[in-house]
Amino acid sequence: MSDKSPEQLYQERVKRCLDVAALRIPDRVPVFGPYQLYPYTFAGVTLKQAMNDYALAREACHKFRDYFQPDLDFGPVLAYPAPAMELLKINWFRWPGRGLDDHVMYQYIDGEYMTADEYDEFIYDPSHFLMSKWLPRSFPPLQGLSKWPAVRTFMWFGWTGGLAGMAAPEVQEALRNAAAAGEELGRWFASLGQYAVEMKAKGTPQLYAALDWAPFDIIGDTLRGTRQILMDMRRRPEKLLEALEVATQLFIEYGSGAAGADLPFCWIWMHKGTRNFMSDEQFRTFYWPFLRKGMLALIEKGIIPVVYCEADVESRLEYFADVPKGKVIYHVSTTDMVKAKSVLGGIAAIAGNVPNVLLLSGTPDDVRAYCKKLIDTVGKDGGFIMDTALMLDEAKPENLKAMIDFTKEYGVYR
Amino acid sequence: MMKEKLVTAIADVNEEEALRLTRAMLDAGEDPQLILSASSEAMALVGARYDQKEYFLPELILAGEIMKQIGELVKPKLRAQATQAPRRGKVVIGTIAGDIHDIGKDVVAFMLDVNNFEVHDLGVDVPAATFVAKIREVQPEIVGMSGFLTLAFDQMKRTVEAIKEAGLRDKVKIMIGGAVMDDNAAKYVGADAYGADASAAVKLAKSWTGGN
Repeated sequence: MSDKSPEQLYQERVKRCLDVAALRIPDRVPVFGPYQLYPYTFAGVTLKQAMNDYALAREACHKFRDYFQPDLDFGPVLAYPAPAMELLKINWFRWPGRGLDDHVMYQYIDGEYMTADEYDEFIYDPSHFLMSKWLPRSFPPLQGLSKWPAVRTFMWFGWTGGLAGMAAPEVQEALRNAAAAGEELGRWFASLGQYAVEMKAKGTPQLYAALDWAPFDIIGDTLRGTRQILMDMRRRPEKLLEALEVATQLFIEYGSGAAGADLPFCWIWMHKGTRNFMSDEQFRTFYWPFLRKGMLALIEKGIIPVVYCEADVESRLEYFADVPKGKVIYHVSTTDMVKAKSVLGGIAAIAGNVPNVLLLSGTPDDVRAYCKKLIDTVGKDGGFIMDTALMLDEAKPENLKAMIDFTKEYGVYR
Repeated sequence: MMKEKLVTAIADVNEEEALRLTRAMLDAGEDPQLILSASSEAMALVGARYDQKEYFLPELILAGEIMKQIGELVKPKLRAQATQAPRRGKVVIGTIAGDIHDIGKDVVAFMLDVNNFEVHDLGVDVPAATFVAKIREVQPEIVGMSGFLTLAFDQMKRTVEAIKEAGLRDKVKIMIGGAVMDDNAAKYVGADAYGADASAAVKLAKSWTGGN
C-alpha cells in the first residue's frame, strides 16, 4: 500500500501528531490506538497469559499493530506484570488468576490506604509516608518497611542511628523481597523497551512518553480512596487542598519523563474529574487548578499533555479551554464531539469518540458513517484525532479496521 | 423545633451538626422514631437536590455516612421495629460478574431507596445465576445492572439471557448503567433501558411502576 520506508513513516506519523497538537492542519486526521485488552482479544491470547508471559504480550501487540496499523501504538504496558504482582501480593488489585477470570480487565479495589489523620505525614514527607506506611499496607511482603528509618533525619550524625535501623531483620527481609520484585519488574520494563524499539523499526511511534495522573486522582485513587476523598472535599477541605499542592509536584515529576521524546506526549488519566463525580464548584476548587498548574509546568518543558477523560466531561469543557493554545490534547470520551469542538476549537485538539458498543455490535458501514460524520464536522480544520470513545476491550476486527482505514482515506486534508 | 433542625442539618450534609442534634434529642428523651423520620425526610431532600444537580456523589456518599452514624446512635434506644411506609416497588440491583465497581451501583441503590423503592442489593461481581435466584425469591418489578468494563456488554447480555431462560424476562423491566453504557448497549444486551445517572434510574423505575 505504501512504498515508504519505516523511517519515513515514523517521521510522518510524529509530524502528523505534533501538527494536530499544535493546531496546524496535518496531512490527514491521525488515528490513535489506546486499546486496553483488545490486542490480546484480537490475537487470541488471554489477559492472564499476556500478564504472565511478556514475550507473548509483545507478540500479540505486534499482531495487532501489523494488522490495524494505527498511527500510534500503546504496546503491552497495560498487561501489568503478574509475576511481580504475585511476589508483592499487592492487595488493592484483582487480576486474572487472582480473583478474576482469565480474560477480564484487572480492577482496583477501592479503599482507604491513607487514613484521614495521616494527611499531615504525607504533606510533610510524602516519600517517608509511602515508604513506611503505604508500601507495607499495599504489599504484605514489604511489611518490614514499617520500621524504615526516616531518611530526612540522617544529617550530621543522624545517619548512625538511621542506618543502624536498616539492620533490623524485618527491614532486611522486606528489602530482599523488594529486590526480588524489582528484578522481575526489570524484566518487564526491558520487554516494554524492546517493544518500543521494535515499533520504531516498523515506523510506529509510541503513544505515550510518560504516564501521569491528575493530582486529585493521585490522592484519591490509591491513597484516600474514592469515597473518602469525595467526602474530604466537605469534611476537611483545607487539608485536602494542602495535599493537592504536594500531589501537583508529584504530577510534574511523573510527567517530566516525557521531555525530549520524539513525541513528547504525557498521557494523563482523568478519573474522578468527570461529570458524575463532583459538582462544577468542586471541580474548579479541587480538581482543575492543580491539574492545570501541573500541565503548565509540563508544557514549559516542551511536553504535550494528553488528558484522557474516562467519561462524559461536557460540563468541564469551559475549564479545559483555559490552557495555552495548541499545547494540550483532550480525549473527551463519550462527550458530544460537536459541543467539545465548539468550546475547544482553536485552543486544543480533541480526540474521540467512536462508541465501543458500535465497534462491538455494529457493521463496518455503521462505523464508517460515524467516522465520516466526525471528520466532516469536528475534523474540518484539523485539531481532531480519531479514536475510540473508551479504552477498547472487544470489537469486531472488521469494525475497528473500518474505523482506521476509513480515517486514513477520507481523513486526508486537501 | 429540634426535628426541623435535624432535617436541615442532614439535608445540608452538615455531619457534625446532625450528629450533635441526634445526641441531644436522644439525651432529651425524644422518641427515636422521630429521629428516623427526620432522617428519611432529609434523605428525600438530598435525593431531590441530587436530581437538581445541586448535589453530586460527595454529598450522596456523605449523607449515607451520616445516616449510618445516626442509625448506630438510635438503634440501642429503638423499642419497636421502625414503621415502614408502603413501598412503590421492588428492585434487584447488582454489578455484573467480573466487575467489582460499586460506587455507581451504590448511588443508584441509595436514590431508589430514598424514592421509596424496596432495594435488594446483590453487591458486586454478581453471577447471572444469583440474579436469577434473587428475582425468583423477591419477585421484583425491576432489575438494575451496573457495569463499568467494556467487557460488561457480553456479560450483561449473558445475564439477561439467563433471566430469559429462567422464564422471568417478561416479569421484570431491566435497566443498565455504567460509564461505558448507552442506549445502543441497552439494545445489544437485551435490556429495556439505559440510565445515564441515578436520577435517570429513578425516573425509569417510577415510569415502570406507574406514574411519577
